[in-house]
Amino acid sequence: MTVTTSTPKSGSTQRGNRARPGQSSPKLAYLPIIFLAFAIGIPLLIIVVYSFLEKPSQGTGVKWVFTTENYKALFIQQKLDGTTALDTRYLKVLWTSFTYSLITTTVTLILSVPVAMWIATRDARRRTLLVALVTLPFWISILIRTYGMRQIIADEGPIGKFLGLFNIDWSILYSPPATILGLIYVFLPFMILPIYASAERFDFRLAEAAYDLGAKKLTVVRKIILPAIRPGIISGIALVFIPALGSFLQSDMLGGGKTNMVANVIANNFGQARNWPFGSALAVLLIVLTLLFVLIIQGISQRRGDKVELV
Amino acid sequence: MFVKTKRKASYAAILAAGALLLSACGGETTASSTESAPAATSEFPTTGSGVVNLYNWTDYIDPAILEKFTAETGIEVILDVFDSNETLLAKLQSGATGYDVIMPSDYMVAQMIELGMLQNVDVASFPNGKNIAPEFMDVYFDPGRAYTAPYMYGSTGIACNTKLEPECENIKSWSDLFTGNFANVNALKDQVEIVSAALRATGTAAEDLCTTDTANYIAAEEILSGFKPAVIDNDGGNVRMITGQATIRTSWNGDTHRMKMENPDIIFIYPSEGLNFWSDHMAIPVGAPNLDNAKIFMNWMMDPANMAAASNFSGYNNAITGTSDLMDDELKSDPAVIVPAEFTSLLSTVPNCGEEARELYTQVFTTWLDSQ
Repeated sequence: MTVTTSTPKSGSTQRGNRARPGQSSPKLAYLPIIFLAFAIGIPLLIIVVYSFLEKPSQGTGVKWVFTTENYKALFIQQKLDGTTALDTRYLKVLWTSFTYSLITTTVTLILSVPVAMWIATRDARRRTLLVALVTLPFWISILIRTYGMRQIIADEGPIGKFLGLFNIDWSILYSPPATILGLIYVFLPFMILPIYASAERFDFRLAEAAYDLGAKKLTVVRKIILPAIRPGIISGIALVFIPALGSFLQSDMLGGGKTNMVANVIANNFGQARNWPFGSALAVLLIVLTLLFVLIIQGISQRRGDKVELV
Repeated sequence: MFVKTKRKASYAAILAAGALLLSACGGETTASSTESAPAATSEFPTTGSGVVNLYNWTDYIDPAILEKFTAETGIEVILDVFDSNETLLAKLQSGATGYDVIMPSDYMVAQMIELGMLQNVDVASFPNGKNIAPEFMDVYFDPGRAYTAPYMYGSTGIACNTKLEPECENIKSWSDLFTGNFANVNALKDQVEIVSAALRATGTAAEDLCTTDTANYIAAEEILSGFKPAVIDNDGGNVRMITGQATIRTSWNGDTHRMKMENPDIIFIYPSEGLNFWSDHMAIPVGAPNLDNAKIFMNWMMDPANMAAASNFSGYNNAITGTSDLMDDELKSDPAVIVPAEFTSLLSTVPNCGEEARELYTQVFTTWLDSQ
């Protein structure tokens, strides 16, 4: 899926006539398209096919027998005593993933708007430096950063020690708040950057003009600034919410290795539990829900006339 | 790594002692090996080049031992780690190749041989094959040691911090643990360990652990439904116990020994319903890219000096004769490592269950894990 924030045409600043939009050869796009088809399309197809196959008797892999049992198993539990019961476990896990992602998106949004605006209002040289600082975490493996996070928020870590001086009990590691904190930490740059990209193009003289014409500060933010950076906000929401929904590492390392989020259940089915068809069915369900979310965002932004295109 | 710091001194001492011993008997071995040198070297190389890809349990072998191996044989070790037998099997079955030596436990060796995943290299005929302790020679999963060389063995019980958890002395059984609603409990993410303990806790006898009677598994599922550990994993558990972040943990005995070295308040509990006695073994998967190096590695590890050093790091006993003199005194005097006589009857080999029972184990485990 691609997230594109439409940019205002840069007008007549093109050098030469070779790169006029819409006129260059489409051949350049073939290679990436073929690559994407192989790297995304085929694995996706495999997942969908596997989700309709049976589990072989010896664990891993699939048996080429068509079945819809895997999808039934998402909602109905075949109990050991032979009875069946409505199974809400996986719906609950999906719901947990959804709420974690929602909280992550909300918090990163609230943190990012002021940061992005502040960066956008610095002079050009400092802007470059600040944007570089925001992208600095990408230089370090996410695994290492999550380990670091684990040390910092551990009961005996710096925060715990500091709060201990005031007799405040600090214990969040291996609990949902730790997972959410990890998600917020990892996804913050993905919210700041698109909002900054929108804000950077905003002509701040418009805000000054509105202020000069008697608008209250809050009105300026609401009526002038927010509409201007809305495409960035919507891109940011999509860039944070969707990958957060499928996050694995944070709940595994910070949440205590219990199956808090849907990706952990999927991973467990491809690993220890060795039930690929069921893992595939769960993955397909996640993909469908994600697509649904993308369509909703697209619907909202189209109705409001924003030029944000997802998919 | 973290656990090691304090033990470095004693480890160095062992190495020194080992080196002394080696040099002391060095004269003899060189003398005898020169006689049979041509035959021995042509049949079984002791040095090589290139790499050996080792796929081992997390934090189970001292990096210094691997460096020593490289220094002595010229073969570099590339280490990758897994956290459970099921993960190991899943990874290999999903087509992962490139491993030369893997370290499955007993029942997993049996499954892998059954699935044709291991190479028959006649380990017993290796020069150091003679060091395999007699009682570990004709094991059920590999009679006569054709596929595997023994590494460590141990048991799975309960580690408890007596200072932070006053109830420690009242925890006598798996049932006490599962129904006690203790705070700060950690558990192993291992389906065989968790489910077999739950089966024992609900009255399944050790010899019936592979039963296919669903009633037993329903009871196990029932007792596990009240067991909600704060953390379920196989990595990093030692540190949490040492720092007191976790106060009780289902734990392997050797890991518990390492915790005890760092935090003397920790004890190892032998649950009254019985506990699993397991052993891990080096094996060569089909398709290993460096077969000769894998054999050299396995043979080198079966040298008493090297295996003793491995024990001193991991905290487990091993199945190689002649290592006991080279092992740390703390290790040999720890009731977690050397099973006290009163508890020996509680230990029983990890069951190698049939397909149907395995499936039931997976179901109970998944239900438990997904209901956390």
